[in-house]
Amino acid sequence: MKAGKTSLIAGIFALGAMPALAQDLAIGLKSEATSMDPQFHQLSTNIQVHKNVFETLTSQDAVQKVGPGLATEWEAVDDTTWRFKLREGVKFHDGTDFTARDVIYSFCRVPLVENSPSPFTIYTASIADMTAEDDHTLIVRTEATNPLLPAELWSISIISADTLGAEEEVVFGPQGTCEGLGDVPQSPAFNSPDVAVGTGPYKLESYTRGSELTLTRFDEHWGGTPAWERVVMRPITSDGPRVAALLAGDVDMIESPPIQDIPRLEDGGFKIVDALSNRIIYLHMRQEEGAPGIEGAGDTNPLMDARVREAISLSINREAIAERIMGGYAQPAGELLPPPMFGSSGRPVDAYDPDRAKELLTEAGYPDGFTITLGTPNDRYINDEQVAQAVAQMLARIGIQVNVDASTASQFFSRRNALEFPIYMAGWGASSGEMSSPLKSLVATFDEKTGMGPTNAGRYSNPAMDEVLLRAMSTIDDAERDSLLQEAGTMVLDDYGIIPLHYEQTVWAMKPELDYEPRVDQYTMATEVKPAG
Amino acid sequence: MIVYLVRRAGQSVLAVVAMAVLVFLGVYAIGNPVDVLINPEATQAQIAATTQRLGLDKPLWQQFGIFLGNAIHGDLGTSFVYGRPALDIILERLPATMELAVVALILSVGLGVPLGVWAGLRPHGLAGKTIMGGSILGFSLPNFWQGMLLILVFAVLLGWLPAGGRGQTTEFMGLEVSFLTLDGLSHLILPAINLALFKMSLIIRLARANTREVCLQDYVKFARAKGLSGRRVVMVHVLKNIMIPVVTIIGLELGSMVAFAIVTETVFAWPGMGKLLIDSINLLDRPVIVAYLMLTVLIIVTINFLVDVIYSLLDPRIRLSEMKG
Repeated sequence: MKAGKTSLIAGIFALGAMPALAQDLAIGLKSEATSMDPQFHQLSTNIQVHKNVFETLTSQDAVQKVGPGLATEWEAVDDTTWRFKLREGVKFHDGTDFTARDVIYSFCRVPLVENSPSPFTIYTASIADMTAEDDHTLIVRTEATNPLLPAELWSISIISADTLGAEEEVVFGPQGTCEGLGDVPQSPAFNSPDVAVGTGPYKLESYTRGSELTLTRFDEHWGGTPAWERVVMRPITSDGPRVAALLAGDVDMIESPPIQDIPRLEDGGFKIVDALSNRIIYLHMRQEEGAPGIEGAGDTNPLMDARVREAISLSINREAIAERIMGGYAQPAGELLPPPMFGSSGRPVDAYDPDRAKELLTEAGYPDGFTITLGTPNDRYINDEQVAQAVAQMLARIGIQVNVDASTASQFFSRRNALEFPIYMAGWGASSGEMSSPLKSLVATFDEKTGMGPTNAGRYSNPAMDEVLLRAMSTIDDAERDSLLQEAGTMVLDDYGIIPLHYEQTVWAMKPELDYEPRVDQYTMATEVKPAG
Repeated sequence: MIVYLVRRAGQSVLAVVAMAVLVFLGVYAIGNPVDVLINPEATQAQIAATTQRLGLDKPLWQQFGIFLGNAIHGDLGTSFVYGRPALDIILERLPATMELAVVALILSVGLGVPLGVWAGLRPHGLAGKTIMGGSILGFSLPNFWQGMLLILVFAVLLGWLPAGGRGQTTEFMGLEVSFLTLDGLSHLILPAINLALFKMSLIIRLARANTREVCLQDYVKFARAKGLSGRRVVMVHVLKNIMIPVVTIIGLELGSMVAFAIVTETVFAWPGMGKLLIDSINLLDRPVIVAYLMLTVLIIVTINFLVDVIYSLLDPRIRLSEMKG
């Protein structure tokens, strides 16, 4: 019976959609781009769409290794000066030529974008000056040493100075003090294909909010002709209908099918592609006196004791979580970024050892454990609430009674940032693909002035680690930075300052005629979808 | 009469203001939008700057005051997510929802009334019992589940219709509509049925009950005794009289269909206002949520006001009792 139904489904899509496949591609996305302005909202759902239309000076491949983009090569002249050679013969969609002036214009516009919910200025703030040596050579000076500059340049899309009405000469000035920009178009204007002009493999054809986004092939792209003549991207926010759209042949590929539906899709003859992502799911613990939500531990905060933190880590059976709750679509984590990504040390995963955990608790003076509240979102990460429940049961075995406090993402993050949880589960994706990203945000000492530790809601503080990290963040030499980051990461983990659980795996489902090279940054990009074979 | 109207209008304004307070406070209680909107890599200073730019650093009463002041001038705020006026974004989605609601209404009336009358004329026949049984299903099956089932049967198994989206649209009287093209129409059918099923069941039951009641009235008996054809008795004497309550229900239900087609729009990825509301709640886009709810309140209050006015014109008893009160 099951086989009969499956082959029926397979037969329907084979009959219905085969002819269309040759040139067209339809993708079902789980959320919608909020604007076609590539400098408006720094949000992965926007970025993954913009990457088809706009390009950046550097590129990041599927494992976030930085490579050439619109810049072919670059060098650090000294600690704060970089020289970029720009690619020649690149054209914008409307036929204008790409030069250093467009790059300067693009960086100049970033601070001038109005109403941005999450501005891109976090990547331009470090730039002190930009000048064009000639049309295809660009000099960039930074305020301080910034080894991440090439990686960060991947975030600033290059737009056309001519199309957007800049004057002949564009002169860079920091923080929105550029000259010669003319009248800078604001974000709503970019919803028109006449303004949303980039150098990417696909041109914007139309953008109907809430409904669909259509791209067409840009034949004069410098990298050769892209695979599809036309690409349609449709937001289908609910999981069930998104899977149904793939089954029905409405779309050729979907992102993030729910894990429980994967066996059914595989039975139906669909291809499942998955890859380890750069997103770590971790437990963070409040390491300050006066933490709320802990009972039965006297006046002190037991989480201040490294032995208690180690006990928590040892009591968690990460293999079981990855296998049973994540359906195999996760990998137990030993550090904050999966090896071999930049700055990872290959540290082994903490072994599951409840007996040792119990001993450690006794040594620390909590033979009977204590009661604690674990905060978690219930709609942000894959099966997040179930994972938190499993962690709670595992901790109960060593005597720590856990109340799971699960709430919707918007609630959870506000409460977490207000320090309401003594222990919480959350995730972190390293956008730069480097260990410095999780270290700087999650475990560096919280400091409003220096901008360190913004997401360190455990308020973990290890001045020795901070120092090594700061040194790493101002070291241009890759090998040296790598070893410093490994050192800093090891210091945190030896101290059990944060407890890594697992790396999420990102899943795509598609028709068997397609191929997708999965990306660690979880982006779904039409440019990376190829016909199979 | 004037006194009644003035009093009634005053009540409406009061309801709108009360709702504004409730909506604003309710939305204010659910989380901090900046925590959701901003890139997690942002530093504390950048978070503070965004908070200030969105005006979220001000005390609640001040934010509410600014909101009220702007609202009086017709400005319901700028969307945090889209960076454009919230009202524009909602109105942009209105045609899609209106189209869906109108088609669903036509379906529910066009099928509901004849089926209900039939069931009312032959309450003990097989057809009558089947129709009533079906209407119970239409009532009791959850909307979401119905939608998924429709997709599974007609899109996945049979492959006749698309599983979601709006399809091709064309311009008609300045609005984007999809019912004029074959592709658009095929996208419209399933969501319209999904939205119509519940209302259709309601109308079937209403029409049946009224038909049975009207059939026992003297004027129907008299018409039959006069020797009029069965067709004429049903079409003229029965139908006309059962339409009064049906029309009342349609008027009320249209408002709720426009405002709350949320489930259907989410299941079928229909780009209407309901889907916008859900997306906005997930992103804590406060101005859009508030503007949406205020618009809904305004629509429903207006409809109710008009209905009351019409009732008072039709029925002198209401007018008189209100005047005394």
